[in-house]
Amino acid sequence: MTSGETAVRPVSAAGSARGGKRMARLWRHRSLLLMCAPAIVFFLIFAYLPMPGLYLAFIQFNYADGIFRSPFVGWDNFRFLVMTGDLWKLTFNTVAYNLAFIVLGNLLQVLVAVLLNEIRRKWFKKVTQTIMFLPFFISPVLIGLLAYNILSYDYGLLNQWIQSFGGEPVQTYSNPYVWPYIIVFTFLWQMTGYGSIIYFAAIMGLDSEIVEAAEIDGANALQRIRYIILPWLKPTFIILLLFSLGGVLKGNFGLFYNLVGANNTALYSTTDIIETYVFRSLMVHFNFSMGSAVSLYQSVFGFAIVVTANWLVKKISPENSLF
Amino acid sequence: MPKGLRAMDGSALLVKGVGYVFITLFSAACLIPFVIIVSSSLTTESSILRHGFNLWPREFTWFAYQIVFENPRLIVGSYVVTFCLTAVGTAVGLFLIAMTGYALQRPDFVYRNHISFFIYFTTLFSGGLVPFYLLITRYLHLKDNYLAVLLPGLMTPFLVIMMKTFVRSIPHAITESAKIDGAGDFTIFLRLILPMSTPALATIGLFLAIGYWNEWYHSMLFLSSNVEYRPLQLFLYNVITSAEFIRNSAAASNVEPRNVPLESMKMATAVVATGPVILFYPLVQRYFIKGITVGAVKG
Repeated sequence: MTSGETAVRPVSAAGSARGGKRMARLWRHRSLLLMCAPAIVFFLIFAYLPMPGLYLAFIQFNYADGIFRSPFVGWDNFRFLVMTGDLWKLTFNTVAYNLAFIVLGNLLQVLVAVLLNEIRRKWFKKVTQTIMFLPFFISPVLIGLLAYNILSYDYGLLNQWIQSFGGEPVQTYSNPYVWPYIIVFTFLWQMTGYGSIIYFAAIMGLDSEIVEAAEIDGANALQRIRYIILPWLKPTFIILLLFSLGGVLKGNFGLFYNLVGANNTALYSTTDIIETYVFRSLMVHFNFSMGSAVSLYQSVFGFAIVVTANWLVKKISPENSLF
Repeated sequence: MPKGLRAMDGSALLVKGVGYVFITLFSAACLIPFVIIVSSSLTTESSILRHGFNLWPREFTWFAYQIVFENPRLIVGSYVVTFCLTAVGTAVGLFLIAMTGYALQRPDFVYRNHISFFIYFTTLFSGGLVPFYLLITRYLHLKDNYLAVLLPGLMTPFLVIMMKTFVRSIPHAITESAKIDGAGDFTIFLRLILPMSTPALATIGLFLAIGYWNEWYHSMLFLSSNVEYRPLQLFLYNVITSAEFIRNSAAASNVEPRNVPLESMKMATAVVATGPVILFYPLVQRYFIKGITVGAVKG
């Protein structure tokens, strides 16, 4: 087809020669392209195909009319989310939780890695590392149950302890103000062992001669940590922090949903994040448009945040930037 | 390291002391919830109702496990479903990820950056839950179909990038010399690269396997209504959240509905659903550690 076109219209010869080259290049790489084909199809279907569906955010979707005949309402869904204050509440909760997870999480991970590094007993290090890694491997469903075992009003371990000290049992599952602590604590409980591995590996990468030289010069253990190990971990810390900041609008649905419970409305004021709201608007209220509006908001602002975070990473350490 | 210097150092003692205490406490905190679950699963219901959950069984009994296994149809079905999903999902996903990862790190593959970005972009922007739900249910018609859980979990951008980083450590010269000998790209991948990347395959395979074993989100979205044999974590979720579900699943045993030990059965089911992971992970955790340290740095 390309050669025929060249014969009829010599003017576009250059263009079609380029096209021919492109075809030739595609052909030359056909086997590698074919090897990528399943992945391309996979992400096309499960990640790209849903994207245009965000058009739902601009209509008043009803099942009978379907996507294309439901009435177009423009920005009304967003206006509603802003007026009810939902959007602000969701953004605040999601971002605040993530900031707590990121900052406290990384600090605790550094602390665990540094302390582990000070311990010389091999078996102790191995056993405790394995135990601290354990919570990473369990499902969110089990996490919900573990929390219930401790927090349940009637049977929980917490109230047993409180009562054995003569205190009044607490109603955890109806008090929204304690949940930020519970959720952050649970997150730290689950992810610290996993996250400290990166920092521990970074400390292992530290040249032992530097440490020994410092010791010979009379640096004590605290000074060694303060002036050698922590500065050595600083770049890793900053990069990981910035990367996680990119996901500051993304919530951990499984954790929140299983901890709080499917319909514990009493706790929504402090525990409702974007993911749980979207889930409810889909599965409980069947308000597909409102859920999509929140998702679109999340995707657009999340994208902007990642680009900004990446720009910062690029400034600090170009070889670590994502794109 | 000169021992004498260490011994004189008072702050070293302090740091070590703090280290042992803190790490011991944190490890205990990680372990205790599991101890509570196991012990509660072995405690009589009346003891739980009177004294609550405990670190050790006050009144020991196997009753909850007896009921779980007296009529094992549902839980065995769940086990089979989860086992099959894990096996098939891990095998297929691993093969596809490895193949993609190999192609994308080939320096002579001119489209590698385009395709890498095509995959990576999905972590930056997404359609969100509602369009995804409509895609699976209305357009792919996969509601109440195990494929709705199997397919979306096959690949993640994170694992593709991790694979790419792993394979990059295999010298490109191997590919080049095989090409000179006339081998095609797919043959090189299958015969040379795959056997050489067993550590990477183990790591990524385990990430996939743990993902499928713990899968609950897609199961809840797509398999909640009419599926008899639910994936294990969804089964556990139903047991935990619905007393009715426990009574129904215990209905075939000879226990009166009001005598079903609700609390200890939740715990027994949790033990049965999580046991394999807890027994298995200490053996394979080093592969995860490898994956985390490689994956932390970008691909």
